[in-house]
Amino acid sequence: MKQFLKTIFLVDLLQGLWVTFRNQKPSLIYTEQYPKERPSVAERYRGAPRLNVHPDTDETLCIACNLCALACPEELIVVGAERNEETRRKELTTFTYDTSRCMFCGLCEDACPVDALELTQDFELASYTREGAVWDRQMLEEGPLPTEYKH
Amino acid sequence: MATQTTFLDTNELVLNMGPQHPSTHGVLRVILKLDGERVLGTECVIGYLHRGVEKIAENRTYQQFAPYVDRMDYVAAVSNGLGYCMAAEVLGGIEVPERAQCVRVILTELNRIASHLLWLGTHALDIGAMTPVFYCFREREEVLKIFEKYCGARLTTHSFRIGGLQYETYDNFEKDCHTFCDWLDKKVDEYEELLTTNRIWVGRTKGVGILDAEACKAYGVTGPVLRAAGVAWDLRKAQPYCGYEKYDFDIPTCQNGDTYDRYIVRMAEFRQSTRIIRQAVDSLPSGPIKGKVSKVFKPPIGEAYVSIEAPKGELGYYIVSDGSVQPYRVRVRPPSFVNLQALDEMCRGALIADVVAIIGTIDIVLGEVDR
Repeated sequence: MKQFLKTIFLVDLLQGLWVTFRNQKPSLIYTEQYPKERPSVAERYRGAPRLNVHPDTDETLCIACNLCALACPEELIVVGAERNEETRRKELTTFTYDTSRCMFCGLCEDACPVDALELTQDFELASYTREGAVWDRQMLEEGPLPTEYKH
Repeated sequence: MATQTTFLDTNELVLNMGPQHPSTHGVLRVILKLDGERVLGTECVIGYLHRGVEKIAENRTYQQFAPYVDRMDYVAAVSNGLGYCMAAEVLGGIEVPERAQCVRVILTELNRIASHLLWLGTHALDIGAMTPVFYCFREREEVLKIFEKYCGARLTTHSFRIGGLQYETYDNFEKDCHTFCDWLDKKVDEYEELLTTNRIWVGRTKGVGILDAEACKAYGVTGPVLRAAGVAWDLRKAQPYCGYEKYDFDIPTCQNGDTYDRYIVRMAEFRQSTRIIRQAVDSLPSGPIKGKVSKVFKPPIGEAYVSIEAPKGELGYYIVSDGSVQPYRVRVRPPSFVNLQALDEMCRGALIADVVAIIGTIDIVLGEVDR
């Protein structure tokens, strides 16, 4: 009889509806209004690559050791270096990083002995062309241009 | 010349379901042979997401291949990484420090929760309950935030390295885990309130897609599908790895082996996972996080098979080494692929609407089925 009444009065369905009702509080909203509202990503976030320069001298920290290129599973890093005849040292000339093939595993940044290559918190890597996804040394050092949204 | 039996012989109908069907959870194509609403037989067509992961392994070093395994079962990337790293460690004879093992347990259990949450949300959505998917994704977001804070990626985490961990835990890691576990336990109660006694849910799942223990064993089905049939088989208990023997937890089982029981088992697994996470977080030892691994990892000639309990079942990695820096062969035993083989048996005689429920209940990820 009790079961019958429960069936008649849709107790099980109302119980579920009550859960839905409890979750209507505006403070429980999780949706982010991107791009109006930018998510704050974690400190360790692996996003756009960056080639660090010395903050005072603007000289690159990269020693052109090629370890990142060797560590990369997709072989998308190409390091160009030239031997400086005066100092007898290898110096970085070009550095290309193909973000379109990158899977942001972080192996290159782990391999870097001088913390020159780093995956940053930038996550907007969209480009209109395929060529735009291949970043050269200048782009890696300066970072991608910030995108302004008009809405 | 074959004679036409009758002018209106429309009894048997062959229908293609997928590969773009939203309820096949990816790119699975199921060819259904129907008699009206009854399913006479099914045939799965897979391979739409084949990327040749096992072949890729032969052209990468051991460390380089680790990010690729995350892309097989992308819903439970941490479990995949754990299985691969453990197999490589067995091959190379590497001891993993206590702390690394403890963190590994925490992260894999969090990943089990994330995987089950995604399963619950999409499975309920398939059956027609729309509310759980929003709540499940909300809770899953919290797990992904912990992953993001820990290793910098949310889905394909690449959080483990051969020999241990790359990243030390962040500040407040323990607190985050505790807060999440307390929160999730309340939320699981809420899901149960929504679904467990809901008459539509019970009507759509009870007695649907029955796979008994014998059939499960015959097909090699593992994970919650097997446990729902009454077999208490869990690799975390059966052959403990990563220090699972230190934690106190139960293996939830049910008897009937239908869709409803699989739901009950997975709901119980949420609670067991939070139990393990709490114990692991409280007993987190200090110490190094990476064992002795040379930068050029060159295991001796040999082979190793390591299987772990992934959220979907037994996940095995078989690696053959020829003594070079690259594996000679990597073979994956994916739980989704093996569990999917039982689909035909479960679908026979069911209604066409139940096929969606049955595909959902096996909890497949096509990235893992096709590899």
